[in-house]
Amino acid sequence: MIDIKNISKWYGSFQVLTDCTTTISKGDVVVVCGPSGSGKSTLIKTVNALEPIQKGDIVVDGTSISDPKTNLPKLRSRVGMVFQHFELFPHLSITDNLTLAQIKVLGRSKDDAIKRGMKMLDRVGLSAQKDKFPGQLSGGQQQRVAIARALSMDPIVMLFDEPTSALDPEMVGEVLDVMVGLAQEGMTMMCVTHEMGFAKRVSNKVIFMDAGKIVEDCSSADFFGKPEERSPRAKDFLSKILQH
Amino acid sequence: MALNLDFSFLTADVVKSNLLPGLYYSLQLTLVTMVCGVILGTLVALMRLSSKPWLQRCAAVYVDTLRSIPLLMVILWFYLLIPSGFYSFIAGSYGLAHRPEFSAVITFTIFEAAYYSEIMRAGIQSVSRGQVYAGYAVGMTYSQCMRLVVLPQAFRNMLPVLLTQTIVLFQDTSLVYAIGAYDFLKGFLTAGQVYNRPDEVLLPAAACYFVISFSLSMLVRRLQAKIQIIR
Repeated sequence: MIDIKNISKWYGSFQVLTDCTTTISKGDVVVVCGPSGSGKSTLIKTVNALEPIQKGDIVVDGTSISDPKTNLPKLRSRVGMVFQHFELFPHLSITDNLTLAQIKVLGRSKDDAIKRGMKMLDRVGLSAQKDKFPGQLSGGQQQRVAIARALSMDPIVMLFDEPTSALDPEMVGEVLDVMVGLAQEGMTMMCVTHEMGFAKRVSNKVIFMDAGKIVEDCSSADFFGKPEERSPRAKDFLSKILQH
Repeated sequence: MALNLDFSFLTADVVKSNLLPGLYYSLQLTLVTMVCGVILGTLVALMRLSSKPWLQRCAAVYVDTLRSIPLLMVILWFYLLIPSGFYSFIAGSYGLAHRPEFSAVITFTIFEAAYYSEIMRAGIQSVSRGQVYAGYAVGMTYSQCMRLVVLPQAFRNMLPVLLTQTIVLFQDTSLVYAIGAYDFLKGFLTAGQVYNRPDEVLLPAAACYFVISFSLSMLVRRLQAKIQIIR
């Protein structure tokens, strides 16, 4: 479904991604982890071409993102993305947040868009908030709305860029619950996250990054179950985050 | 020298035949300039923030040039440089007869767009990069993302500043005096001439400009509290 082939990316002369290669198949739940500054967020943003790459290629569901003929907006409309800081549109009500892109990008009728949006809002348990504005909701609620907004576009894959990092600890659970539900339904997901509990329980594949390189790319059973086979950098990382 | 002020010439008739037509034109000039200036200014701001260096440079030259020249000179230049054929082309004989008034509208739109564009540029930059990413991520094109996500927020953030600039603009419209357009000030001056009271007439004129501008400022302040995006 997603084929990342030898991609490299530079900010000026600073190389953020070096020769990254991995594959994500349909139904996979992939967790991308690693120390901060290792390029995880940049990597996930290259998948829907929010961040351009200078070398290599990414093929999403048969469409190459570096092909100049590719209609990037159209490709992105099929890839859901959830951001660290939610990024709901603050000037629009929750209902409008959910329907705007359905109407303007997918060309759905207003009624269809509202129907679909409300179904997704109900799914994240926030139907009662449909007439409020993003600023009136808690962080956890905003993030759930953001997931509903992405889901209303009927994406083929969902990208999560540190979805719980900006949340108060007690709101992390409600967002992870939604994500676990999605994974269990067979949604293809790529998640940059530090939630190792989630990674252990739900993911079937772990990508560990350090200094712009993919250091580990293995099943999550191996990643957590066979620490002795891991690279020194991953061992070090694991020992730090798992000891508490 | 004793002050010997006489305002008795300011009758209802003078107000109706001299002042109101002038006020009407001043307000018209202000409103048309605001609408056209904000639209043109927004385009210039988008050019200035574009990723194409030549667009950025064109916009920068436009803004920097106009902001470095006194408005009065720009008004005179445009009045003297635009051939009369242009006015008859856009509005026939009416355009020819009201050349100063039309010239002022064009001048002010172009001049104020430079100031509005800087305000809009700040407004667009006040919208976080993440919002642009969010717009793109749901499949919007550049223009959709601007129209639906960035500009509505930029306008809301900048509305008080845009309106304050418009109040300054309303006061600046009195400069069309230099090319003889019949605005609010000219209405006063004409009445002063006709009734041989050229000095006294400036006092009520100033009072009127003050009352209008000051009450508009108060309105902006109240509006500001109302339209803020809930965060």
